[in-house]
Amino acid sequence: MDTVAPPPRFDPRGLVELDERVPGTAAIDGDRGSFDARDLTTRQINLELRRLVYELGVREVTVRNPGAKHSLGVGILARCRITFEGSLGYFACGLIDGPEVHVTGRVGWSACENMMSGVCVIEGNAGSLTAAALRGGDVVVRGRVGARTGIDQKGGTVIVLGDAGSMTGFMMQRGRQIICGDAGHGLGDSMYDGTLYVGGKVASLGIDCVPGEWTEADTEFIARKFSIYGLGSPPELQKFVCGKKLYNYDSLEPSERKLVL
Amino acid sequence: MCGIAGIIYRNGNGAHRLGADMTRMLQSMKHRGPDSTGYALYRRPGDELIMRIKLADGGNDDLEWADRLRRRREEVKARIRAAGGRLPVLDEINEYTIAATVDYDGEIKHLADYVESVPGTEVLSAGSALEIVKDLGDAQTVGSAYKLDAYVGTHGIGHVRMATESDVDISNAHPYWAYPFSDVAVVHNGQLTNYHRWRRRLERLGHRFASDCDSEVIAVYLAQRMQDGASLEDAMRMSLEDLDGVFTYICVSDDALGMAKDELAAKPLVLYEGDDMVVLASEEIAIRAVIDREIETYDPYESEVMVWTR
Repeated sequence: MDTVAPPPRFDPRGLVELDERVPGTAAIDGDRGSFDARDLTTRQINLELRRLVYELGVREVTVRNPGAKHSLGVGILARCRITFEGSLGYFACGLIDGPEVHVTGRVGWSACENMMSGVCVIEGNAGSLTAAALRGGDVVVRGRVGARTGIDQKGGTVIVLGDAGSMTGFMMQRGRQIICGDAGHGLGDSMYDGTLYVGGKVASLGIDCVPGEWTEADTEFIARKFSIYGLGSPPELQKFVCGKKLYNYDSLEPSERKLVL
Repeated sequence: MCGIAGIIYRNGNGAHRLGADMTRMLQSMKHRGPDSTGYALYRRPGDELIMRIKLADGGNDDLEWADRLRRRREEVKARIRAAGGRLPVLDEINEYTIAATVDYDGEIKHLADYVESVPGTEVLSAGSALEIVKDLGDAQTVGSAYKLDAYVGTHGIGHVRMATESDVDISNAHPYWAYPFSDVAVVHNGQLTNYHRWRRRLERLGHRFASDCDSEVIAVYLAQRMQDGASLEDAMRMSLEDLDGVFTYICVSDDALGMAKDELAAKPLVLYEGDDMVVLASEEIAIRAVIDREIETYDPYESEVMVWTR
């Protein structure tokens, strides 16, 4: 009797999903690979991506016809180049650490959520909650973004060439955002730290978000980012930071504070 | 969560596979709400009034079920006649749903109220172009049960429901007809926090509510505003001020389709505006279910109201 090895039940890196087979349809040429995602499910696309990047060491992957499916390119933890020829749905490229991603279409809500490092360049528009809880790396959107871009941002840089919706930089804690177009109501509401640059009109500032003082370092930083991504010369920008009036920034614990008093 | 979708063909000759397109869109958003699926479908307005009437909420296997429905059907027919409707043609869609085509030029409220006084019945929609179809299950289930694949029309909206505020049954499924306004229907994604206040207010003005679902208040609210003389677009703009909570809703009339988004932009909507059609849905994946090519789409911002005509 043939004995079939049972599939591994658990993989701490999440690289094996029990009820789906890797399609293995990619055409590979050296360290480049590409495949058509039209007839594949979300899970199959991600498994194929991981097979190429992790198992075969492919360094440049092109995914054709992603068809705005959700959760593509999530959790890739290796240095590689991934190009999506088309649009992605919700939760695109979340939790990535290392890849350089290029999306030729648009992305839905929550793209690059909790991204750790790497680059994600989106040619089209992006939905709300873009780069939510971003930890590091650069997210470049050539179109416009929805509301709450970089909510809870903890690092990294978001560059938006178009307009941004309301509550941009909501509860931001660190990192930078460069919005070349207009920003909606409540810009930087309840931000703790970090910097927002806006080129267009600001509909209204959020609570405790105040204009900041421009320095040489700002000019240098913006010029560097624009040259890296070939975005031309940056527009004239206003700078906004946290006023630090809303919260108690005393770093002492309550018990320690008692001792001081 | 819920998913909403709408489609309006720019070439309004009415020869579009609306039913099949809507089913594809709604099925691709099944993950947003598997409880029930609903459609508001429009064809070119005719001279007669079309009413979709529900005789009971879903199937039942008690012994007198079939008999009771037969009696209700007869009673509905008699009451349409008694209310002044001429030549009613009753099309039995399934055992508990009928489509009545009536030659009627009186007030729709009068006719609808009279039909609804038959116990257990509900007028799902009334108008010269509108038909509302809603039932439990996903889009494929509802679409095939109601034979929507062959439905041709000019524009329509749809909804997949994940029930949060009220029961899972046909009455609580979307779309809602803006009773008693002919040819106006609404689908909604979100929660309204001042629902009870508006419901009491509108009930005092004589409007009837067929369900406990907060979304129904949007339809009735718009009906009241339009009765007061506002256009569809103006009524939708007023709703941004008057309704509290989080919402994105799509409202349709016999020649227009509009969307409104609350001031928090908390609920999604993706828009595609092409030369041949305007398609909008909670997720782009639904738009791509009817347009099989790379397209440019965007999300409307907070407090936006947009209206397209066919």
